[in-house]
Amino acid sequence: MRHTLSIVVADQPGELSRIVGLFSARGFNIETVSVGQTPDARWSRVTVVTRGDDRTIEQIVKQCSRLARVREVQDITLRPHIEREMALIDVEAPQGAARQELLSLVGVFRAKVVDISQARMIIEASGNKEKVEAFIELLRPLGIRDITRTGCIAIGRLSATVNTEANTDEREDYLYQDRLGEITFEETVPE
Amino acid sequence: MSTQQAILTKNIKAAATQAEQQRMPRGAEVLMDALAHEGVDSIFGYPGGAVLHIYDELWRVRDRITHYLVRHEQGAVHMAEGYARASGRVGVALVTSGPGATNAVTGIANAYMDSTPIVVITGQVPLPLIGTDAFQEVDTVGITRPCVKHNYLVRDVRDLAGIVHEAFHLARSGRPGPVVIDIPKDVSAAPAPYSRLEHISFPCVERNTPPRLQAVSVAASAILRARRPVLYVGGGIVNSGAAAALRTFAEELQIPVTPTLMGLGGFPSAHPLSLGMLGMHGTYAANMAVAESDLLVAVGVRFDDRVTGKLSTFAPRARVIHIDIDPANIGKNRAPELSLTADAHDALQALYSEVQARGPVELSESIKGRALWWERLRTWQREQPLRFSGSTEQIKPQNVIRELHSLTEGEAIIATDVGQHQMWAAQFYPFKRSRQWITSGGLGAMGFGLPAAIGAQLAMRGEQVIAVVGDGGFQMTNQELATAVQYDVPVKVLVMNNGYLGMVRQWQEMFYERAYSEVDLSVSPDFVKLAEAYGALGLRAERPEELREVLETALSYKGVAVVDVVVSKEENVFPIVPAGANSRDMITAVASDK
Repeated sequence: MRHTLSIVVADQPGELSRIVGLFSARGFNIETVSVGQTPDARWSRVTVVTRGDDRTIEQIVKQCSRLARVREVQDITLRPHIEREMALIDVEAPQGAARQELLSLVGVFRAKVVDISQARMIIEASGNKEKVEAFIELLRPLGIRDITRTGCIAIGRLSATVNTEANTDEREDYLYQDRLGEITFEETVPE
Repeated sequence: MSTQQAILTKNIKAAATQAEQQRMPRGAEVLMDALAHEGVDSIFGYPGGAVLHIYDELWRVRDRITHYLVRHEQGAVHMAEGYARASGRVGVALVTSGPGATNAVTGIANAYMDSTPIVVITGQVPLPLIGTDAFQEVDTVGITRPCVKHNYLVRDVRDLAGIVHEAFHLARSGRPGPVVIDIPKDVSAAPAPYSRLEHISFPCVERNTPPRLQAVSVAASAILRARRPVLYVGGGIVNSGAAAALRTFAEELQIPVTPTLMGLGGFPSAHPLSLGMLGMHGTYAANMAVAESDLLVAVGVRFDDRVTGKLSTFAPRARVIHIDIDPANIGKNRAPELSLTADAHDALQALYSEVQARGPVELSESIKGRALWWERLRTWQREQPLRFSGSTEQIKPQNVIRELHSLTEGEAIIATDVGQHQMWAAQFYPFKRSRQWITSGGLGAMGFGLPAAIGAQLAMRGEQVIAVVGDGGFQMTNQELATAVQYDVPVKVLVMNNGYLGMVRQWQEMFYERAYSEVDLSVSPDFVKLAEAYGALGLRAERPEELREVLETALSYKGVAVVDVVVSKEENVFPIVPAGANSRDMITAVASDK
């Protein structure tokens, strides 16, 4: 399953490579990664999109949390959230019907024309991964010259804000607590 | 000299002059003050261009901090590890930039795998030269990043003291490990005031949370009800100082204990509750007990592949309670039914209190319910003890360890390399206490034994410290004999000489149709002459009847001694669970005789 992790790490040289290096060293995959400052300039937020089963994601979260300069790691996927990524697309736009077709697609997807020449346009599109990809697919027949895409960024929805501090001490054992409760042990020693 | 270098030299000189004028200490002095405040009395190191200021300062404080000049940087880090493992204090190594740092990497990775608290200080080229492929420049922080708890490149001398204090805190807190501080040459020259960092305030340094009471209660109930429980204990017991708590708990509940290689000494090997070591070369009883167990209480362990073999068939009937200080260890290899992220000592003590609170009736019922289990365990122990066939012609390596144990009355600190001799030492030297056994477990680094023994001896002056090594591993770091002789560190080196890379040869014999590919070490130096060349005592035992006397002579010798013990060439370590196999597929000495 696809997971979006939000990692808050000290804004110091080399900290991003610690996180990225950890992913490669432990064989986790990175689909996208993006970094930017938090409201507190001493900290940056690294948003990583990765894939894995629950155990793998749990390991990724725990391994990242172990880094000395990582303050928190959240699996944003677990709660309502908003995800966005952006693409800049250099596309053929010869005057005439093709250009009109392109402009109407731009309108439908609420994208923007950010540069234009006689024969080409550069379009800025943003949205979640599916929307950006659908848009790119529709532009493909028109002749895409180049694309540059950002990684995904994400933020929790206001309606779903939870107090993450309250349960940090419990968090580490969340997966495994109390599964022993109902277990009964056999009375005899098997041969 | 290039213009850039000329400017640089000028800058360094200017900084030094400035420091003198303002009577401010330079970086190197700040470093020494910080180390002194951390209680550092010994540094293992090797000088070079990038650390000249630091060595200059070391010279001034030589009556407070003793520096031991090693013969290779790998040795420096292994000595720091041996020092840390024997004493529980943080070991310190100091090396120069470039090759100094790369030579240190084996030791750093070893400390990372075995959770050993060390701080390694590396020199770096001056800040303006970083990234220019300068002489003896490597990206030390980049190279060591995957095998440290944390590392620092000090860019501003004003940060230096705080970094040193935080580094020591990180190295010894939580799950201990190595921390690297990379100090550019101009930073060690630049002036700065020293102020001690009293409180580590960085928000992400580790907390040590007490065990959750609810989980402790659930765990205690499960342990009391279990019919076939096993305590599977590792290096976490040693690191957290939990040996006494473990013993009290195990004795109270009469639960069998099996230590991992790293856990040896954390529970007395000769204790009636001990099943002996678990894993690839563990005892039959320990491996069978885990295979049949209904509740595995795993404390300070990480379900390493050398313990579990094929993970999916490891302890197949058991529920698992996993107690570890490192949350990332929990669920990494085996998903437990209950986890307790806590210090081993705190968790065992909490469990003990909880069991006591349940009252004597529940306890005695619990112990009674395990009578059958103990019968079964005793049968396994009786039927398949550790054994080997004796010889009147050749010295048996297992016997060497037994003799060593008898002559040292089980009190010596044993450091080893990696391979057959390591496993025989683990099997045939019953350890009494924590920190008596110093070996390279996770990384499996040959060459660890001698330097680790030197470090251990310097931490524990009055103890008998013995490096048990093979003829292969010894030749990786035997130059450290010079260090031992120079500083009068009376370690004893026992070379189990079989003329082979024994463990590889054993695998080739058992799993590769005896194709002995590149394991022949029959051409080696004469280890007696080698010892003498270094100014140590060299002795040799070739026949069984010579063994005891030669060992006695070496052990009672005041200085450094090397004993070359010529052992039977094609001896195998048994039992062995082939890599990736089920523990029930273990091959025992008895089976191999047939």
